[in-house]
Amino acid sequence: MTRIGVVTFPGTLDDRDAARAVRLAGGEPVALWHADADLRGVDAVVLPGGFSYGDYLRAGAISRFAPVMGEVVEAAGKGMPVLGICNGFQVLTEAHLLPGSMIKNDHLHFVCREQVLSVESTDTAWTGEYAAGERITIPLKNQDGQYVADESTLDELEGEGRVVFRYEDTNPNGSRRGIAGISNAKGNVVGLMPHPEHAVEAGFGPDGARGPRSGTDGLRFFTSVMRSLVS
Amino acid sequence: MGRVVVDVMPKPEILDPQGKAVAGALPRLGFGQFTSVRQGKRFELEVDGPVTPEVLAAAAAAAEQVLSNPVIEDVVRVADAEADAAATIASGNLA
Repeated sequence: MTRIGVVTFPGTLDDRDAARAVRLAGGEPVALWHADADLRGVDAVVLPGGFSYGDYLRAGAISRFAPVMGEVVEAAGKGMPVLGICNGFQVLTEAHLLPGSMIKNDHLHFVCREQVLSVESTDTAWTGEYAAGERITIPLKNQDGQYVADESTLDELEGEGRVVFRYEDTNPNGSRRGIAGISNAKGNVVGLMPHPEHAVEAGFGPDGARGPRSGTDGLRFFTSVMRSLVS
Repeated sequence: MGRVVVDVMPKPEILDPQGKAVAGALPRLGFGQFTSVRQGKRFELEVDGPVTPEVLAAAAAAAEQVLSNPVIEDVVRVADAEADAAATIASGNLA
């Protein structure tokens, strides 16, 4: 069975939901601890959301130096799929696995909503089971969610097809060019602010086509990575 | 015991939502003369001995590698806190 590691930092909140998403997708979640420089032989890694180390210095800034991150950076360099969700995305930018950074939302408020995204790239380890241009709805909840990078970095991301998700209908935090998620050049490392792991089981997700709380648009992140690992 | 001061500011081209919120509040309190506010961070790093050039160099390295993120922030000052205060007094700027 495909083993997917889920890292817990002090202040991580969504590790259990991420582990549950892996299980519902048919994989085996493996708990990874921030202080252990050990990936326990996993095939892929999820850095979940939360407020690691309180986000006091900058979101994700201290987590980047956790012992487990040295292993994650090395494995990512060798092609292991890595997904950073929300705070996990912030950790990936601080660790230089993804370009740019996140600053406070432009309207200064915490935002929590069911967010529509367009899937702009299906060429990553985490999005192969979506259709290009597909609109999906998953929860978004953050304070520091405004994606920023200089213009040349943004042009490079667009030119190389590395903008993986874009906010649709509204830009909820002032992110440059409506960017909700990006990938590295190889497509094995993906980071996004919205939370796919909160939309994986009918009855517990956002409202969907089949009725209230029926949305499971996030599940295919996890089935995608499992398919990419077998193929 | 020595102390090093490190100041970090958001890059000029990065919108500073916190500074903007403060700038919006000032006129409501009667401070109408300030046209813009930018909010940064000040770190005070203490060492056991005096602030030597080596200590300042280490503080500068820490400022670049940990205390700031070069994508969104600039390190605008790394200085010996005491020398800094002395200079301020000498120039007569201290209230």
